Amino acid sequence: MTVSLPFTLPDELLIDTGIARRIISEFIRGQLTQTGFERVVLNLSGGLDSALVAFLAVEAIGAENVMCLMLPYRTSSPDSRADAEQVVRRLGTPSLAIDISPIVDGYLESSIAGKEITQLRRGNLAARARMMVAFDQSVPWRGLVIGTGNKTEALLGYSTNYGDNACAFNPIGDLYKSQVRQLAIDVAVPQPILVKAPSADLWPGQTDETEMGLAYEELDRLLYWMVDRRHSREQLIAAGFDGAAIDRVARMVALNEFKRQVPPVAKLTTRTPGVDYLYPRRRPIPRSGG
Amino acid sequence: MTTLRIGLGQLAPRLGAVEANLELHRGAIAEARTQAVDLLVFPELGLTGYLLQDLNSEVAMRRDDERLQSLASAAAGMSTIVGFVERSAEEQLFIAAALLEDGEIRHVYRKSYLPNYGLFDERRFFGAGTQLRAVDSRLGVRLGLCICEDFWHLPVPYLLAEDGAQILINISSSPGRDVAAVNDGGLGTAISWRTLMSAYAQLTTCFVVFVNRVGVEESVTFWGGSQVIDPAGGVVYEAPMLDSGLYVTDIDLDDVRRERTALPLLRDERPEFVLRQLERMTRERAGMVDEEQ
Repeated sequence: MTVSLPFTLPDELLIDTGIARRIISEFIRGQLTQTGFERVVLNLSGGLDSALVAFLAVEAIGAENVMCLMLPYRTSSPDSRADAEQVVRRLGTPSLAIDISPIVDGYLESSIAGKEITQLRRGNLAARARMMVAFDQSVPWRGLVIGTGNKTEALLGYSTNYGDNACAFNPIGDLYKSQVRQLAIDVAVPQPILVKAPSADLWPGQTDETEMGLAYEELDRLLYWMVDRRHSREQLIAAGFDGAAIDRVARMVALNEFKRQVPPVAKLTTRTPGVDYLYPRRRPIPRSGG
Repeated sequence: MTTLRIGLGQLAPRLGAVEANLELHRGAIAEARTQAVDLLVFPELGLTGYLLQDLNSEVAMRRDDERLQSLASAAAGMSTIVGFVERSAEEQLFIAAALLEDGEIRHVYRKSYLPNYGLFDERRFFGAGTQLRAVDSRLGVRLGLCICEDFWHLPVPYLLAEDGAQILINISSSPGRDVAAVNDGGLGTAISWRTLMSAYAQLTTCFVVFVNRVGVEESVTFWGGSQVIDPAGGVVYEAPMLDSGLYVTDIDLDDVRRERTALPLLRDERPEFVLRQLERMTRERAGMVDEEQ
């Protein structure tokens, strides 16, 4: 790289991008084949994760099969929109821009919403409005909603439940942010998207790293040694991680297990979906009659 | 030179779709016939797909199932190995491999080591086989059949070689994982498999034939990369990763004689010695302690 990047890629997190891209392509095509679809729709925020997914989806199934939705709220950063449009131009995908402000504000400004509208409520509502629009648009597009969440935010629970984490399948959910960055460099995601500070853009000026209190390099390394390599707290400290950071991250991971799982169903009968009625998501449909 | 032509049926079965998978196998059998294949090997659970969960009982077949029989008839003239779910007379379900020869089901092997860790949950859905034996084939060579995880347990290649196998055949549904860029990169799973298979070939002085499926089920992408390895541990043939197809290669069976003459490891094996140690260890573990002399 000739242009300097505002982050480093930790050695232990480096992946073989060639094989990763190949597997992701197979995965995207495989998910669609299994379900009888040929197209995907995604929410393109202007951030790195969704930009990368757009590139990977185009690599797997071609630009004409990837619908990019740009769904700004009135407080969303104009830069995000410009960056998203650059991805669409570069890839040549169909796109649709829909202002979700009337959806979100229509509810928030009604008396039902109550008075204490925090920025968290507003931000989560916007994320869920985007989910709602994406799933709705997937019907006329005849495609599946492709997810764009990464492993770092999944482990930390840094997502809106049933909002940005909702999807039919997710090709990058097992990649840490640093690995997303490495792949994004490899597929040549536009430079401005690569270098800007990661943000959920739920309110003006929000950035992931301020909210989480650690740079992604450090977060990813810590999660990698803690989760993937199963190192104990003592081993992490010996490896140079800060005790308070370890505790905070371990707490966030534990607190958010629920976001990574299907909600529990009360066990009452002898065979319960998700408990002891276990089928793959897609299976042959039994023939009628005969 | 005693040439044996091997067909590696690196297919992408559809999960739970037995009819579609039978068709896939029939197509590969027909193609193998045009290429004069002697030994045609299909992947683990090729007739059913891998992540079956409760579909296991719905796709299971008895040994005399007419669908297996029809495959055997279609493959007459070749020695063919297919992967399926076997339902036993006792209504137990096994991950199984059948050797089809001369229009008959010549031999059925049941997977002995079922992984139940990490992404694997096989013991919940299947029973473990209790017999491991090499089998004489119509090709004039003795085959040692095993299935995927079996190869992650040392006794399997050892016992099959001791039982006279000249070709160890492992059929797999190995999920690709670990894309870490350590060493020269590549796929961690593939690197591990290749390391151990090459070592087995060398230590047992057998050919190793590995057929791994491709395709996607749920989160998992199966990596293919089927291989044939000679008795000195060298790679004779390597199918591409992730691409489905019938891949054909020739081996010279005389390599077994040459390698075993130069390196008589099997001659010097001492099964009675192994057995004595194992008997001692199992007694000790059961609390029946023998004092050392």
